[in-house]
Amino acid sequence: MHIVDRRLNPRGKSLENRQRFLRRAKSAVQQAVKRSLQSRNIRDVLDGGEITLPIDGLTEPGFRRGEGGISDQILPGNRAFVEGDIIPRPPGRSGGRPKEAGEGDGEDGFRFVLTREEFLDVFLDDLELPDLAKRRLTETEEESPVRAGYSVSGSPSNIAVGRTTRMAMMRRIALRRPRIQEMEALRREIGECEDDEKRLALEAKLKALTEKSRRIPYIDPLDVRYRRFESEPKPVAKAVMFCLMDVSGSMSEHMKDLAKRFYLLLYLFLSQRYKKVEIVFIRHTDKAEEVDEETFFYGPATGGTLVSSALAAMRTIVAARFDPAEWNIYAAQASDGDNSYSDGTMTGQLLRHEILPLCQYFAYIEVGEEDSDSSVSRSPLWTLYEGIRAEQVPLSMRKVCRRNEIFPVFHDLFQKRDAQSKVAP
Amino acid sequence: MTTTSMSKERLLFNGADWDFPTLQRVHDACEEIALGELGLDVYPNQIEVITSEQMLDAYSSTGMPLFYRHWSFGKHFAHHEAFYRRGMRDLAYEIVINSSPCISYLMEENSATMQTLVIAHAAFGHNHFFKNNYLFQLWTDADGILDYLNFAKSYIARCEERYGEVEVERTLDAAHALMSHGVHRHAGKTKVDLRDEERREQERRVHEEQVFNDLWRTVPAGKKRTAADVGLEKRRLALGLPQDNILYFLEKSAPLLQPWQREILRIVRHVAQYFHPQRQTKVMNEGTATYVHYRIMNRLHERGQISDGNFLEFLKSHANVVFQPNYDDRRFSGFNPYALGFAMMQDIERIVTAPTEEDRAWFPDIAGKGDAMSVLRDIWADYRDESFINQFLSPNLIRQLRLFHLYDDPEQEEGILVSAIHDERGYRRIRRQLSREYDIGWIDPGIDIVDVDLAGDRRLLLRHNVTNDWFLQEADTKLVLQHLANLWGYEVLLQEIDSSNEVVKEHTASPRKPLQ
Repeated sequence: MHIVDRRLNPRGKSLENRQRFLRRAKSAVQQAVKRSLQSRNIRDVLDGGEITLPIDGLTEPGFRRGEGGISDQILPGNRAFVEGDIIPRPPGRSGGRPKEAGEGDGEDGFRFVLTREEFLDVFLDDLELPDLAKRRLTETEEESPVRAGYSVSGSPSNIAVGRTTRMAMMRRIALRRPRIQEMEALRREIGECEDDEKRLALEAKLKALTEKSRRIPYIDPLDVRYRRFESEPKPVAKAVMFCLMDVSGSMSEHMKDLAKRFYLLLYLFLSQRYKKVEIVFIRHTDKAEEVDEETFFYGPATGGTLVSSALAAMRTIVAARFDPAEWNIYAAQASDGDNSYSDGTMTGQLLRHEILPLCQYFAYIEVGEEDSDSSVSRSPLWTLYEGIRAEQVPLSMRKVCRRNEIFPVFHDLFQKRDAQSKVAP
Repeated sequence: MTTTSMSKERLLFNGADWDFPTLQRVHDACEEIALGELGLDVYPNQIEVITSEQMLDAYSSTGMPLFYRHWSFGKHFAHHEAFYRRGMRDLAYEIVINSSPCISYLMEENSATMQTLVIAHAAFGHNHFFKNNYLFQLWTDADGILDYLNFAKSYIARCEERYGEVEVERTLDAAHALMSHGVHRHAGKTKVDLRDEERREQERRVHEEQVFNDLWRTVPAGKKRTAADVGLEKRRLALGLPQDNILYFLEKSAPLLQPWQREILRIVRHVAQYFHPQRQTKVMNEGTATYVHYRIMNRLHERGQISDGNFLEFLKSHANVVFQPNYDDRRFSGFNPYALGFAMMQDIERIVTAPTEEDRAWFPDIAGKGDAMSVLRDIWADYRDESFINQFLSPNLIRQLRLFHLYDDPEQEEGILVSAIHDERGYRRIRRQLSREYDIGWIDPGIDIVDVDLAGDRRLLLRHNVTNDWFLQEADTKLVLQHLANLWGYEVLLQEIDSSNEVVKEHTASPRKPLQ
């Protein structure tokens, strides 16, 4: 008899089949993913998850019998019936055939789990980054060698001396190779020794030690280690995403939540397209500051509202850290639309002449209270931006009031477009 | 109980942990009992330890270790996995493959007792059945199956490279849809031996001369066959019609198929044929394996090779396996082949060793023969589910399972008739009916290709013989016919015919685009 351990065999043998299945079910999966999004929050989306698929189009048909015929059936466990009894059919079921064996888990609408990658792929599949000019660069990647530990083979120029001597020392200690000092001392002792008998014994000992040290070399080929390098693709094009948010008193928790969802989606989306995405959080009241994520979403702040301060801060950061020649710059601004009356001109100037020329895309999301009607209000900021948008710049804007509107809005903003058409909707 | 004499050394293992030497010991101990005491005859065993994920893999590709790629296996994987993850269903403890060497998969999560059970069940029970049952001997080639699957896999992969995944998938989809009608159900005619034929012809003539009676001449003859009739018959004969193996017919006669498409049909047909015996012997196969593991485990315990605790663990899972809920139980979903098979095997053992008067009357051939194993071995070799139940379901077991027969005619307004129960009048009827439920020829709709209009529009004509008003399911039939038409390349007509040979219903399909 043979026993074979197959546990270490390549895993995911069915991966290919699974992908074929998903490809085939693509439209159905897309529908299902969108449906499942509405009932989930974005953190869960990141984990992928279970979706329910209608089985249409994925049936494997076969010649089967339909319903309505005469049926004979043998069943176990009779307690009450005698021959000739008539059992009335349960109401509402014609052709009362008891459920057939093996019909247990119906396949209509069967549920299964998508991995995170699969989920994101499907989720972002029909979306496209606006302004593809720089994005092309992402496809030409540079490879650069990166240290990746040690290996037992390699070219002589890569010998890791330190590691090699360390391995040699470990081996020498483990195998108890006689130390040179020890043998020196022995030799000295022999030289000084008067007693013949004792000297013979010492010489024999020295001989044994010499032999042992010959058997156990100081450095063995086994000890040699080489530095190992792996080449790591290095994206040439990098993306940075600026999240600008108004945190003044008029922004409620609900509004912040909406904004956060939008940022998360944008981040997800960008990280799917770029290897490296930096995020910069800028919050502002009447003055702007760059903060970490935690503070950005949850840190308390009060004050007036000066949108221009955030834009100015963004400009400064870009100038300092993100050279527009090298970085793709995206910005998403969320606000309830309030702005100090005197700040309008300043904001418009900044946006039009400083920020937009830097950006691949600038999305403005105006968030409102859950019960408000997004279509009627005209906030100062909205009016201002609308004016700018007329000039064919990479700026788009939407209003959002309810959570379940976030995804449609996002989807709408980043829809795949013809290469020619301009970004601004 | 021999607890005192049960020294630690005799035990095959202790507790739930196992390692590879344990498996070896367990296998050897089982082998000793299986071959030495039960007289089983098995293929060499190969035991493979796999993870649960690999078990799911194996599940989804119909249990085979290597298989060609197709989206439907991905679908089944997703389906099984979803159930497994939510804890709604356990994985099977084992999968065993009818091949030589006989490969049994063991899941790494199983406890030592479970591994022993699985080895006894699969590596000896199923293995013996595969090697000795006549259906498997007739239709499957245990030595060649793994090589064949390997060939199939690489062949289909090569086709995908050459003709594109889409084309191959279309062909495979179509072939899968017709898979259930891609098997030879009968061994078929053996080659005609002319000398033999001549001898038979002579015997026939002698016989006719002996029984000649001039009066037969006066019996009015049937309708004279016209020239058209004869032509039709000739044409059918040339095409081998009627033919119930649709895939075979297409492979040989579809005019527009490419050679590689024929090969794919052939592969699917071979796979279907390979699994056909398994479909026909579910109850017997599981019954045999369960009976064998039960005997082996009991012997191991008697010999002190399994501790009391581990034996209890075994009894618990054994009881789960052979549990048969009653018809009104929420867990009921038809007969459990393990339960029915095991009960019948045990019943046969009882009839052979300790028969009652009733048994002697019903089973004169085997009652009181004394050697249960030899009787069982013969039965395992010579029967399939349908004939097995028809022959060996005893009144005793019918009473024990309290079987009854429901006859449901939708025309009958009042309800469903209890037409037989476990009493003197019912035994034979119940037995006949239950055996029929395991007759593939009765369960699968009988569809034949009957004619091709070669001179005209090359329309393919199929017939479905409707029994008991069971017509084909519309939606599915439409889809299958579409696949069939795509393969055939011309129009396809399926007629449903009732018992009086009237055409009651027709389905047609035209090819979407010729498969080129």
